[in-house]
Amino acid sequence: MIKVEKMKILQQKEIAGNIFELKLQGPLVNEISMPGQFVHIKVNTANDPLLRRPISISSYDKKQQSMTLIYRASGLGTRELTNQADELDVMGPLGSGFPVETVQGQTAVLIGGGIGVPPLYECSKQLKARGMNVVHVLGFESKETVFYESEFKELGPVYITTADGSYGTKGFVTDAVTAFNINADVFYACGPVPMLGAVEKQFDGIPGYISMEQRMGCGIGACLACVCSVNGPELYKKVCTDGPVFRKGELVYG
Amino acid sequence: MDKLNISLPGLELKNPIMPASGCFGFGREYSQFYDLSILGSIMIKATTAEQRLGNPVPRVAETSSGMLNAIGLQNPGLEKVLSTELSWLEQFDLPVIANVAGSMMEDYVLVAEKISKAKNVNALELNISCPNVKEGGIAFGTDPLTAKELTAKVKAVSEVPVYVKLSPNVSNISEMALAVEEGGADGLTMINTLVGMRLDHKTGKPVIANGTGGLSGPAIKPVALRMVYEVSQVTDLPIIAMGGISSAWDVIDFISAGASAAAVGTANFVNPFICKEIIEELPAILDELGVDHIHDLKGRSWNVGKVANTRA
Repeated sequence: MIKVEKMKILQQKEIAGNIFELKLQGPLVNEISMPGQFVHIKVNTANDPLLRRPISISSYDKKQQSMTLIYRASGLGTRELTNQADELDVMGPLGSGFPVETVQGQTAVLIGGGIGVPPLYECSKQLKARGMNVVHVLGFESKETVFYESEFKELGPVYITTADGSYGTKGFVTDAVTAFNINADVFYACGPVPMLGAVEKQFDGIPGYISMEQRMGCGIGACLACVCSVNGPELYKKVCTDGPVFRKGELVYG
Repeated sequence: MDKLNISLPGLELKNPIMPASGCFGFGREYSQFYDLSILGSIMIKATTAEQRLGNPVPRVAETSSGMLNAIGLQNPGLEKVLSTELSWLEQFDLPVIANVAGSMMEDYVLVAEKISKAKNVNALELNISCPNVKEGGIAFGTDPLTAKELTAKVKAVSEVPVYVKLSPNVSNISEMALAVEEGGADGLTMINTLVGMRLDHKTGKPVIANGTGGLSGPAIKPVALRMVYEVSQVTDLPIIAMGGISSAWDVIDFISAGASAAAVGTANFVNPFICKEIIEELPAILDELGVDHIHDLKGRSWNVGKVANTRA
């Protein structure tokens, strides 16, 4: 069930260049049903910025009723969010996330690009808890923006790429997949759209799940702002309620 | 004593608050949050004869205290709206205002005739003001003669009263109001969005794929208020006002400006409970203002400016 509540800010800190980790607490956490879901946050109580900001849930702990979000402070709304310290107006959990319970096979590869990395963390934790081997390929702009390398390493191997070569493999996530000959039975991906298209092509032979991003209005499927192109007669699906996670083959890129 | 009930052509409403078309879908999403029967009415998403897939993305962009949208009238088409959406809405004690759109006059007439027969449709809202589609929409809403003709054609076939949704993107909105009144409109809804733009700082290109979009939200409230104030003094038609309403006090402002009822649009996106909260807050505000019924506030603002009593 979707809740709208004031959540307590337990902690907020910058963990990499302009990348913030935000820990929130409240009963809303009990409603989270799968990794990859997101929440819609009012970053202040003013009219500017007007709309909520969709941010994916990076991890959650139902016992503590807490969840961690990781976001990049890049625009008016997210910069405003970095100033908040007491409580936040949060709507969620929203959307359909990464399926982990129905997945077959022994090894999953989780591929994230930049601010697409966070939702893969809870996904990886849950896959690992179910006995799967998890391999991570995480792409960033540069060394300054790399985050959660050690957290992912606790779960399984981690391959880092940076676009400028300042850390890990120089290039994109797909370059690391090729260089290290990474194979898996299923893939999970979240990141910039060009990356998602390239990953889907690269892992053509196995099932996979892709988390999409789009400018969003209401977050609950009413305003029809956040659609994405899909194969099939409907042409568009809603990222907020049909996704944000889609099956391989559903999406039409670029 | 009931402080909020109102009677408008085709509409006996528990209260004057309703979600605005395009901001509430067909109600399904918001029914997760509260019982839709508490609403005065619901203005459903614009319905066209055939399914419309809408515009490319990005479809929205935020602006200071507002948002631009160019959804492009995405809707499942008349037949599906009748069979799936309106029938689903029958479970609520909720009169429906059906927003009707099209590319050509014949489209409007076709949709109006059929949708006005639906059991729970109590009124039509003629959408001659959508700024985001290439054909139709605003083309009918910026020329008084065309607007009058379309209104008359729809009136001739509709089984329920017809409200016409006016565009603010005209130099003389009173002229448009009088034209559709002559065409036989039973009421007005106003305002639709204001055409606007936002550019990407780095590329210099529009953020919205459509180039331009319709501006809504608190940013447009002063414009909407002025237009309601002006139009309500030149026409006898009742007005359902919308344009940046996001609080009970905003509703009081629009009633004071001359509206009979108020619709909430963009604010639903920010706070899904907003319509319910406004309905709950209004009685105490009326007490504070010392009036027994919300309609005692109607037109409080009149006769202070030069547009007062200009009706011939």
